[in-house]
Amino acid sequence: MYRSAVYNEPLLNELYSSKKSKFKAIDDLPKSLKRTKNIEIPDLDETMVIRHFHHLSQMNYGIDTGMYPLGSCTMKYNPKICEEIASWEKFSGTHPYQDGSSVQGNLEIMFELEHMLCEITGMDYFCLQPAAGAHGEFLGLLLARAYHESNGDTNRDEVIIPDTAHGTNPASASMAGYKLIEIPSTKNGTVDLDALEKVLSEKTAVFMLTNPNTLGIFESDILKISKMVHKAGALLYYDGANMNAIMGKVRPGDMGFDIVHLNLHKTFSTPHGGGGPGSGPVGVKIKLEKFLPVPRIGRTHNGIYVLDYDASDSIGKIKSYFGNFSVLLKAYIYIIMMGRDGLKGASEIAVLNSNYMKKKLVDTGKYEMPFCDLRKHEFVISCEKLKQEKDIRAMDIVKRLLDYGFHPPTVYFPLIVKEPLMIEPTETESKEYLDEYVNALISIADEKPDVIKNSPVNTPVKRVDEVGATKNLVLNWKMI
Amino acid sequence: MKFIPNSDRKNEMLKKIGLKNINDLFSDIPNNVTIDDLKLPLGLTQQETEKKLREIASKNKSYQDKLCFLGGGIKPHYIPAAVKAITSRAEFFTAYTPYQSEASQGFLQAMFEYQSIIAELTGMDVANCSLYDGVTALSEAALMCTRITKKTGFIIPHNISWEKKCVLKNYGKGPGLKIKEISYDKETGKVDLDDLKQALDDNTGGVYVENPNFFGVFEDDIKEICELVKNSDALFVVGADPISLGICKSPGEYDADIVIGEGRALGNPMDFGGSSLGVFACKKEHLRQMPGRIIGLTRDADGKKAFCMALQTREQHIRRGKATSNICTNEGLCALAATVYMSWLGGNGLQNLSRVNFEKGNKLRKSIENIDGFGRRFSGAHFNEFVVKTTKDIDKINKGLLKRDINGGFVLKKQYPELRDCMLCGITEVHTDEDIERYITALKEVC
Repeated sequence: MYRSAVYNEPLLNELYSSKKSKFKAIDDLPKSLKRTKNIEIPDLDETMVIRHFHHLSQMNYGIDTGMYPLGSCTMKYNPKICEEIASWEKFSGTHPYQDGSSVQGNLEIMFELEHMLCEITGMDYFCLQPAAGAHGEFLGLLLARAYHESNGDTNRDEVIIPDTAHGTNPASASMAGYKLIEIPSTKNGTVDLDALEKVLSEKTAVFMLTNPNTLGIFESDILKISKMVHKAGALLYYDGANMNAIMGKVRPGDMGFDIVHLNLHKTFSTPHGGGGPGSGPVGVKIKLEKFLPVPRIGRTHNGIYVLDYDASDSIGKIKSYFGNFSVLLKAYIYIIMMGRDGLKGASEIAVLNSNYMKKKLVDTGKYEMPFCDLRKHEFVISCEKLKQEKDIRAMDIVKRLLDYGFHPPTVYFPLIVKEPLMIEPTETESKEYLDEYVNALISIADEKPDVIKNSPVNTPVKRVDEVGATKNLVLNWKMI
Repeated sequence: MKFIPNSDRKNEMLKKIGLKNINDLFSDIPNNVTIDDLKLPLGLTQQETEKKLREIASKNKSYQDKLCFLGGGIKPHYIPAAVKAITSRAEFFTAYTPYQSEASQGFLQAMFEYQSIIAELTGMDVANCSLYDGVTALSEAALMCTRITKKTGFIIPHNISWEKKCVLKNYGKGPGLKIKEISYDKETGKVDLDDLKQALDDNTGGVYVENPNFFGVFEDDIKEICELVKNSDALFVVGADPISLGICKSPGEYDADIVIGEGRALGNPMDFGGSSLGVFACKKEHLRQMPGRIIGLTRDADGKKAFCMALQTREQHIRRGKATSNICTNEGLCALAATVYMSWLGGNGLQNLSRVNFEKGNKLRKSIENIDGFGRRFSGAHFNEFVVKTTKDIDKINKGLLKRDINGGFVLKKQYPELRDCMLCGITEVHTDEDIERYITALKEVC
């Protein structure tokens, strides 16, 4: 069982720092800008730097530590070879403004990746610029706006989302200047077609949907939904956070989606880096192509890759240069290594693992399973019964899981389930890990309430006072 | 199958679920849209993959293969080995956003330290733990100004990168940001104060100035600019190159409200422009309107020091449509690299590095000025980038340089038609005196 190391690690500025030399201002700098005082960052020996961060790393849980089944986050294993190749200087040591002739390798990778993502999603064109899923959503909505405006359709100022949508969907829609309309789900946890019909109008710009949705349920009415949305003159947006469920099985483009974003740091196995960098490429159908950001990557008839900035209808740019290239590179490596067989196999086993865990858990009767039976790559169970019987909340259960040496699932999402745990095991876990995880959840349900409530106890710190962190703000060492 | 341990146990697991065939798991997908297979090649072995990537990589030339004197806000910098030793610790790079603080104390503390370092460098009260890049950080700052001031006007100078303007325009579409662009002084390359005076009005929510600016020139009228901005009840947003802050006053010392910047140079490779690191810091009074994740120090149940995400109610996963930004995934690992880099360098080290960059900039500029037909375009003091003006054919020069394995300056004519005879050169601590000599000799030869 995993146990974290425990250090009472001082802050950097509390470590021994060699004496500072007095600051020497530079003569030929303009007086108004000349620094006159020392920078209060400690001067440390390399040994101390390494040991400090090494200690910190040992108090952190990653996918290499163990199972990390955060729902909608697709925490799958990140192959080492991708990291190694991405660090080659031939890639990492290139400047974005180098002459095209000296970065043909980079351009080839981006060109090929665009085409592979088109095939995987059934879209016509891709843009690799967005740095994250939410960034992709934002770009997708800007493209929708440009599309409607170019049709003279300037009154479409509403974005519809289901109540199961990821938080980024409404946030991106607001940021892009849209009014939000949220529709309730049916008792089966899927899009309510009647509710959708009622709100679709000549004001609807986009309907944003995740499929399978955040309950892990495939929206089987998707073709009807697509027809309804298009009949209203609106566009259908695919939030690709859950793409890991359907690779090689069904494609968003074939389901009628007009705009798609993918999370390369989820489905295509690039590491999440403790928060990023990520990559959120956006795919579109041909009718939206001309609005895509510049530069576009092209290939001449004699096989030379070129960057094309000439696109008069393009919305311009969404990020500096070409996006997070190092992440794109890792995803490219992953895809060619997996191939069509591997990608399909990944989705099949991701769904198998999810349904296997769900079945074992629900059979115990300790956790409830709202909505219908079959799930895709993730499932949501409710701890409401434990709350009623023992006053144990979902948050208590996930903290106790830490004591069992596991990273918890996503908690308190989606919002329409009471005391939810959202579990996404991914395809890279073995049956033994799945069994152990299920056993941990079952065993916790039988534990004494005070044990659960006082958890975790096996972590470097006990339950962290998150409310206190916001109440008494200490956000850097100056504020201590 | 690779990375999929249960591939051979399908039947056993399906039986447990009560299903027969793997396709039964997908029976909820309408038949008429399912596919049998993707039209992609079969997977490669790791060995085959590596071989293929070596072939592709060989079509690239890194800054080690071809000397790189390109400017444009990104340049090669030396990265001490300690940085990779830490960022390649899998406990860090294979972790998700630290939602479960008890299992993420290491990353959280490192991000707290990152925020401390950024606050110190920028002279701001608080910093977040990263945005995507310096370009989107400016856009987020502009949106933050409109939220705070309830005014939609935002002023930017002409002497910032084309990419920043372009991305800002897109971010501004939502709240209907009214962006005004002010000119720069044709002699000095600095912001034109008269133009700024004229542009400021009752609806100006914020003004952005970059120091050093895109041309590498220091905006030394910064006090006057700040006064003008403050007199108009607007917020002052400053863009700073973190390396320059080793020798320059922090923007906090000249009363900036928000400081943004590109932090890649702090321990991250160029990576063809990405990864990147959006630096974002502000005064405490604006904190609640700040975008992005912020890490706070708090206590655990036993009263022991502990870290967690603070002020989460600003964020999309709680506030949804009313969040300060839609950002979720950020650039955590690049921020970690910056933290290790700055710890390794220390305050003294940064001062020295900053000085070396400044001096090399001057040295290269003077050397180029001595070549017949070349001169500096702007008179003001500059950091490690500067604009070179030439009477020769720039395209011919760059072609000749490429043949000699040198990437010359960044040609400005596309984005700045008025600078059609100019290029933006950049130099850092990685360039040796021999490199400068090679560049100068080559420049002389190709003319």
